[in-house]
Amino acid sequence: MANYLIKRILMLIPLLLGITLITFTVIHLAPGEPVEMQTAMSPKASAASRARLREFYGLDKPLHVQYGMWLSNLSRLDFGRSFAPDNRPVLDKIKERIPITISLNVIALILEFGLALPIGIMAAVHRDTLLDRAISVFVFVGFAVPTFWLALLCMYLFGVKLSWLPISGIHSLGSDQWSWWWRTLDLARHLVLPIAIATFGSLAGLSRYMRSTMIEVLSQDYITTARAKGVRERVVIYRHALKNALLPVITLLGFSLPALIGGSVIFETIFSIPGMGQLFYQGVMARDYPLVMGILVIGACLTLIGNLLADLCYALADPRIRHGRG
Amino acid sequence: MRDQVSSPYREFWQRFASNRFATAGLVVIAVLFLLSVAAGLVTPYSPDTIDAWHVLLPPSGSHWFGTDELGRDVFTRVVYGARVSLKVGFVAVGIAVVIGTVIGLFAGFYGGWVDSVLMRLVDIMLCFPTFFLILAVIAMLEPSIWYIMVIIGLTGWMGVARLVRAEVLSLKSRDFILAARVLGASDSRIIFRHILPNALSPVLVSATLGVAGAILTESALSFLGIGVQPPTPSWGNILTSGKDYIEFAWWLSLFPGVAILVTVLSYNLVGEGIRDALDPRRQQG
Repeated sequence: MANYLIKRILMLIPLLLGITLITFTVIHLAPGEPVEMQTAMSPKASAASRARLREFYGLDKPLHVQYGMWLSNLSRLDFGRSFAPDNRPVLDKIKERIPITISLNVIALILEFGLALPIGIMAAVHRDTLLDRAISVFVFVGFAVPTFWLALLCMYLFGVKLSWLPISGIHSLGSDQWSWWWRTLDLARHLVLPIAIATFGSLAGLSRYMRSTMIEVLSQDYITTARAKGVRERVVIYRHALKNALLPVITLLGFSLPALIGGSVIFETIFSIPGMGQLFYQGVMARDYPLVMGILVIGACLTLIGNLLADLCYALADPRIRHGRG
Repeated sequence: MRDQVSSPYREFWQRFASNRFATAGLVVIAVLFLLSVAAGLVTPYSPDTIDAWHVLLPPSGSHWFGTDELGRDVFTRVVYGARVSLKVGFVAVGIAVVIGTVIGLFAGFYGGWVDSVLMRLVDIMLCFPTFFLILAVIAMLEPSIWYIMVIIGLTGWMGVARLVRAEVLSLKSRDFILAARVLGASDSRIIFRHILPNALSPVLVSATLGVAGAILTESALSFLGIGVQPPTPSWGNILTSGKDYIEFAWWLSLFPGVAILVTVLSYNLVGEGIRDALDPRRQQG
């Protein structure tokens, strides 16, 4: 197990380097320069001050030197300063936004698995019945619904028509005067719609995947054996089959992370949630290069960590890997 | 005429056609295609004529889907918007399939360090939240539908590469490849004449599903205001004004969304249909 862990962590190093290289290339291949954005605001900026700015940000150096500088700063966890008027360190800006995005996504992930696994199992166990068909219809529609459109409809229905839920931000106006209990309730009410929509987004894929792995497992010989020796159907499904059907699903956990984080741009923008997705959108619109690069790197690293955790769970669950034969 | 020869091609079609959902999906896509080509014949309005006297009208006999905040006919804009969606879907996936296939072929065929390097590249690309990457690049460029298609393609080839690689690995050791080699066929002949055609069927499935994904991505980008720019109508940017007027004009939000839903659903159904038809064991799988 320790060997596996060390091997797995060493493999992260080239991936991390690759992530920074691709981030750097992507941002620097694009035409236009950040300095233009800053100087465009003040027409009085002379060629000299423009050159000073370029020098200040190191943009006058060749690309590989810039990459080297950026990389050595990154290794000291220095992501540079934002180009935005506040000029704060990128890392600070990201740090204050990350908790909300991560907690939203973790809650969504838990709900997603909590709902999708039973749905998938039900569909597999009652294969080809009316129930299975109904779940299939739901899954296909779920695959095809654009999340931002669903968000829009929910905002209209629950926010405008029924006015049950707030549709923007994470706090009500003046809520800072309330007791913590009311503040928590207020926060929860603001998060119901965004979380519901983030969950729904990946529910379809996961439940379909669960259904197909479960069907595959249920057709194995040892399931037939268990049934033949008279084990009750519930026990066959939940004790014998489920354990093995869950294995491939764990891998999917890591895979669904980039989609979730990427999706946070959409629902954080729609619901005006001050998270990393919204910060990224604002950064991109303002051509705040250090911020955009910082979030790209951190977003990709979150995925790396997610994948690592998923692999570790997999190793813990699957003795073949745990004992070094994987 | 009973002794019909059953070719694999015909068998494939028969199995595909026996799947009602997949056939329905194909019909919907065909209709959309015709609509978008003949958009000018389907509707009497033009997609960007502003009519200040007929602003935000609810659906009626003369405006089936109502009108928008500038008095433009929403039905007309949805029909013209189909052009964008179809174009984006096909071009973006075309790019992704070409890149993915080439990389998968090389990685699988040559193995060794070529394989390691290419597959690490796939791993790295898969780490990025795709939507972040697309957003970062698109926003730096002049807004244009071509950039959108290219960027969606450039960020979507990894799945195809993995599929093709796996297929090549399993084909490489088959006897007919050995036979070709013994007959003196060159690497490129083996790759493109013998391996590629056999590796393409799973790609077909993932390409069809990829079209659906590309349409969703484009509509989300346009919705955020960095995709297809007004006045060119796209389903996503109609929804942007839908969001602004959601309290007074539900029809602006409803119809373009339904259009996206139906189109994406159809591509998914066709994709699943192809998958089942290619592999008879997977029927109802």
